[in-house]
Formats: sequence, structure tokens, C-alpha cells
Amino acid sequence: MATEDWIQDLPPHEYKYGFTTEIEAETAPPGLNEDIIRLISAKKNEPAFMLEWRLKAYHHWLTMQEPQWAKIHHPPIDYQAIVYYSAPKTERRPKSLAEVDPLLLATYRKLGIPLSEQEVLTGVAVDAVFDSVSVATTYKEHLAKLGIIFCAFSEAVQNHPELVQKHLGTVVPYSDNFFASLNSAVFSDGSFCYIPKGVRCPMELSTYFRINAPRIGQFERTLIVAEEGSYVSYLEGCTAPMRAEHQLHAAVVELIALDRAQIKYATVQNWYPGDSEGQGGIYNFVTKRGICAGVDSRISWTQVEVGSAITWKYPSVVLRGDNSIGEFYSVALTTHRQQADTGTKMIHIGRNTRSTIVSKGISAGYAQNTYRGLVHILRKATGCRNYTQCHSLLLGDRCGAHTFPSIAVHNASSQVEHEASTTKIGEDQIFYCRQRGLSAEDAVSLIVNGFCHEVFRELPMEFAVEAQKLLNVRLEGTVG
Amino acid sequence: MPDPILEIRDLHAATAGKEILRGLNLTVRAGEVQAIMGPNASGKSTLAYVLAGREGYEVTAGTVRYEGKDLLIMPPEERAREGLFLAFQYPIEIPGMTTLHFLKAALNTIRKHRGLEELDAIDFLALVKERAHLLDVDADFLNRPVNAGFSGGEKKRNEILQMAFLDPKLAILDETDSGLDIDALKIVARGVNVMRSQDRAMLLITHYQRLLNFVVPDYVHVLLNGRIVKSGGKELALTVEERGYGWLEEPHARISEEKTAP
Repeated sequence: MATEDWIQDLPPHEYKYGFTTEIEAETAPPGLNEDIIRLISAKKNEPAFMLEWRLKAYHHWLTMQEPQWAKIHHPPIDYQAIVYYSAPKTERRPKSLAEVDPLLLATYRKLGIPLSEQEVLTGVAVDAVFDSVSVATTYKEHLAKLGIIFCAFSEAVQNHPELVQKHLGTVVPYSDNFFASLNSAVFSDGSFCYIPKGVRCPMELSTYFRINAPRIGQFERTLIVAEEGSYVSYLEGCTAPMRAEHQLHAAVVELIALDRAQIKYATVQNWYPGDSEGQGGIYNFVTKRGICAGVDSRISWTQVEVGSAITWKYPSVVLRGDNSIGEFYSVALTTHRQQADTGTKMIHIGRNTRSTIVSKGISAGYAQNTYRGLVHILRKATGCRNYTQCHSLLLGDRCGAHTFPSIAVHNASSQVEHEASTTKIGEDQIFYCRQRGLSAEDAVSLIVNGFCHEVFRELPMEFAVEAQKLLNVRLEGTVG
Repeated sequence: MPDPILEIRDLHAATAGKEILRGLNLTVRAGEVQAIMGPNASGKSTLAYVLAGREGYEVTAGTVRYEGKDLLIMPPEERAREGLFLAFQYPIEIPGMTTLHFLKAALNTIRKHRGLEELDAIDFLALVKERAHLLDVDADFLNRPVNAGFSGGEKKRNEILQMAFLDPKLAILDETDSGLDIDALKIVARGVNVMRSQDRAMLLITHYQRLLNFVVPDYVHVLLNGRIVKSGGKELALTVEERGYGWLEEPHARISEEKTAP
């Protein structure tokens, strides 16, 4: 094969999570209007404040335009063609795992997420969200003994409305942006997590999102509140069947860390990326933001983004409490026709606040990978520091890496550092490795894993291994 | 006389549509160190790349047998696993992978191919230390990405260390001596001398005879216009040093060059 073609003839994606589950579902007709929102709210038996909030969000959304500033391209999305609610049909909400439809349990087992507690990875509690609803949460009772609430969002609305009302929308208001407003109007479920004062959550909490039904948009909402001096580590995973049409996933995640609290939030995103020609795949338009509301608090985002046709997300931290710390560690891999526009915002409001950004973007095939970041240090936020490291790796010569960093520092006592590089792995590197006995695929995998090392080490051990495997699978066939 | 490790017969090879090697013959046996000298553009690096299997170098005629097998049908990694090592003239930088990690992956792949057990981290580090000591190479670059930001001398030391490490049957050193100061040159020479053994063959490709002050080859060949035009003992290198390459040029070859010149 000629040198310049070495990376172009990629075989189709191997996406082993692309199956569908034939389960009877209760599905709303496509389209968005007040009635659909009322239906979702009624289905969930929500208190009045929730419906009111949704409708406010909806009316605000109607006045908004889809954002155009991201470096992504897609045909216009017909928001009236999307199904906003679909739930597996059950007589009533299962009270325990024993009552969960075995077909659903089998689905999650196939995804490598066993939900029966005997089989679950030790030390990980899982909330499983299937299309629009949460179908099971493990280890709930165990956690409850410590005062930790970990449940489906819809359940929290029923059982802890005061907590939901107090915190919902305080980090990402319903008017925040086009996709967040849409989510606020129609979100159907997600996870809720509350760690009381002084409690260190003894296990990883995790939510596994699965899109199953066709034409469904998944709009989940996650809210994590860590009270004073508490600690929680949280992980989310995502997959979807292979479908020829695009599907929309517009989630919102809000994190609140009070005095001396710490939240670690990790994502392994493996939504269906579409085929090698760019047919199908998930549009992953997500708003994630945390606030370090209290002094000495800390929020870390770690993300491994390998799926989705388009990724648009900027997990951010508002550093309001003095001495608080925000961190963002990201690996974004795009192959074939995938597009990613991702990065972070670190907003320094409190004094002596610190932030770290480590972004690793990898592109292969015809993919486009963009880092977009903002470091904003306000006038009164004295003595702040930011360190940013932004590296891109190109495999072949038809893909692209783009970097849009913005830095605004409004006082003289703060320091920012920005380090960036773009490197290309080409035929000569691959040949060098092959001359030492490595196959071309092993060479790429070694190079990419080495490149991502700083981010992987931020993940819990089991997930770091998973992430590495996942990356290798997605890299298969990126060299000819 | 031991069986040949490498037998090249009437090799013709082209790159970018231009014929570079034009009927090259060479036999290398185990235990031998042979030097190939030649001016720029004589085909030295092309020979190295053809033997290592680099894409973009097309063999148009001739045969190459490696331990009796057809070398030219093997993919590059297979040649490496079978014991063919090329020390690059310009070692490639690989950002994102530490030298240590790279060496370990390469060594274990080759060991596996030879039916040996893979080395764990501890045995591996012990071997690295032993080889670095043997070659008197400072191994502080092992924790840095492969060749990234290395000085010219460090890159060449890294090549020699890798050679010592992967224990090849045939080591080809493509102008490993070029651009080195005398100290670095001595390290390269020491590497070659230490690695010289009854079961190993070495092919030193060089522009100058400098290296040959420290390494005494069994044979010296002069490569000109893609063909070996003169072979001899180490004294040939000294003659070349003294007289240059001009006296060896074949008149007809020069004329044909001039004819094709624009």
C-alpha cells in the first residue's frame, strides 16, 4: 500500500454494543410541545414546581437558536421528529432487582454491567438508565445506612423533593444554553446523588446510560450534591445500538461541592459513533458543570470520549470557594468521520483557587478533533493558578486537530501556564516500530496509550483498564 | 565456512520511480563484520531500507535470502522478529511512548516469536542495566519518549542500546557514525565490538572510514551507482580515504548519469 494511503482504508467500526433489545415500550409520539412536557411530568407524577420549571425552560428554549460557534457540521436537526419519552413497559415501577424485567437485566449483562449485586464489580453501585427511565439501582440500602442517597432522578423528585428543588438548576440554569434548556424541559430521568456532611462514600457510584428505542432522544439529568467535608467518586458509561439515523443525546450534569467536599466525576463515553461513512451515530450535546461552592472544595472531571458521531461538551468548574480546586482530564478519540468539539471552562471567582487542564485529542481517518477551553480569573480572585496542557495526536494526514484556548486574567497576582503540541504519527514512526518487531497495530496502540497515560491514571483502576481496551478496539484498523 | 546469513543476488531496487540499486551482489556470513562505503546517493540507505522492508522501496529484480529464506516476502516486523536489526541513520521520534516501554514491548514481541518467555518488569530492568553497563551507555533517556528531544549523540546511543538489547543475527548500521563527535563515535564503535560474535553478522554502512579506525571489518566494499565496484580488506577503506571515490567510478555509468541529467 502506498505510503499516503496507509491510514485511509479503515475497516468498518467494530461496535460490539450495537445490538437492540426487543422490549415492549411505552413511547410518546414524536414532537415537542407543552402537551408532551405535561405528559412526561404526569408520567413521573411530579410535584407542581417541576412542571412549572419544565415549562419555563420550554418557553425559554423556543426563543433560542442552536449554537453555531462549535467546529462541527451536521444537517439541521428536526426537533419535531424526535421522540421525547420512551420507557420499557412494566406494570409498575420495580421495587427491587428481583422485579426488574429479566430482558433488561440480560441487556445490561451483555453490556458488561451486571445488575444483580452478587455479580456487580465489588465496590461499585450502579444506576441503570434505559432510554428515558432508570430501571435499577444497586446497593441502595447499603448506601442509605450512611445517609447517602443514590437513586434515579425521578425517584429523588418523589422522595426528596426539597433537595431537588433546592439544588436543581443552580449550577446549570434552565436558560443556560440551547441544549441545556431543551434538557430542562424534557429530561425524563438520570441519577441523583447526595452525600451528607462528613461522609466519605465507600464505593464508586456509577450510572450506565443505554439508548435503545429508535428515534428517541435521551435527555438525562444528573445532580450530585456533596455536603461539607464529604467525598464521592462517580462514573458514567454510555452505549447505544447501531442505527442508520442520528440520535440526539442532550444531557445535563450538575455538581455541587460545599466546604472541603470533593467530587470526582469520570465518564467513559462510547455512544455509537456511526459507520465509516458518517451514517448514523449519536449527537452528544452535553452540558456538564460543577461548582466548588465551599472553601477548600475540589471537583475533578475525567473523560474518555471515544464514541458519538459528534461530541459537544465542556465539563466546567466554577471555583467560588476560596482555595478550591478544579481539574479536567480528557482523552477524546475520533476516527472515521467523527467530530469532537470538547474542552472545559475554569471560572476562578474565589481567592487562591487552582485549576489544572490536561487534554489529549487523537484523530484518525477523516475525523476532526477540537479542544476549546476558557480560563477566566476574575479581578477579586487573587493568587490563582492555572496549568493547561493541550496535546493533539494525528494518525495519518486527512484528519484534523484544532485548539481554541481563551485565557482572561483580571488581576496581577495570578499565574497561568499553557502548554500545547500537535504531533503526527506517520508512516516513519510506524516503520520504526515495525523494524523493532512490533506490528503496526501494536505500535499505534502503544503510542496512543502512552499519549493518554496522564489521563488514564486519574480513572479508578478497573475503569482505566477498560478505557485502555476500549481505545484499542476503536483504534483497530486505523493503520493499513 | 559458516552458512551465509545474508545472500544478495543481482538486486535492483527503485524508489520514487528512480532505479537506485542496479545489480548488487553481497554475501555475509555469521561472525563477519562487513563495511559498505560509498559517496552520497550511491544507494547505501536504499540498500538498508530494502533489507528492512520499508514501504516505497520497490525491488524490481534479484533475490535476497536471509538464513536461506526469501527475505523480500516478509513484512518488516517479521524480518525484525527473525533477527534483522536496522540502526537508523535518522532515528525516528515517537512522542508519547517512553523508551523503556518501547524497548520492553519490542523485546517481548521478539522473545515470544523465538519461543522464549516474556520478561516481567523486574527482569527487564535488570537486563537494561546490564546492557547499558556493558556498552558504557548512560541510560537516563529511558524514561523519556523515544528519541523525542534527544541530541544526535543520544539518538545513536539509543540505537546501539536497542541493538544490544534485541540481540539480532544481522545488524545493519546505516551511517550510525555520521554527525558524531569522537566520544559518541567511540561509544558506537564499542557497541559494535562488544556485539561482535560468532553467531552474528554486522553490516556497517558508512560514508567515511572514521568508524573503521575503531572497528576492524573483515571486508570492505565500495558501493557506487547502485553496484559494488570494489571489494577488499580494511586497507581498501584507507585507500578510499586517501583517494576519494572518483578513481572507482565506471566511465559508462558517469556518462549515462550525464545523459539523464536535465
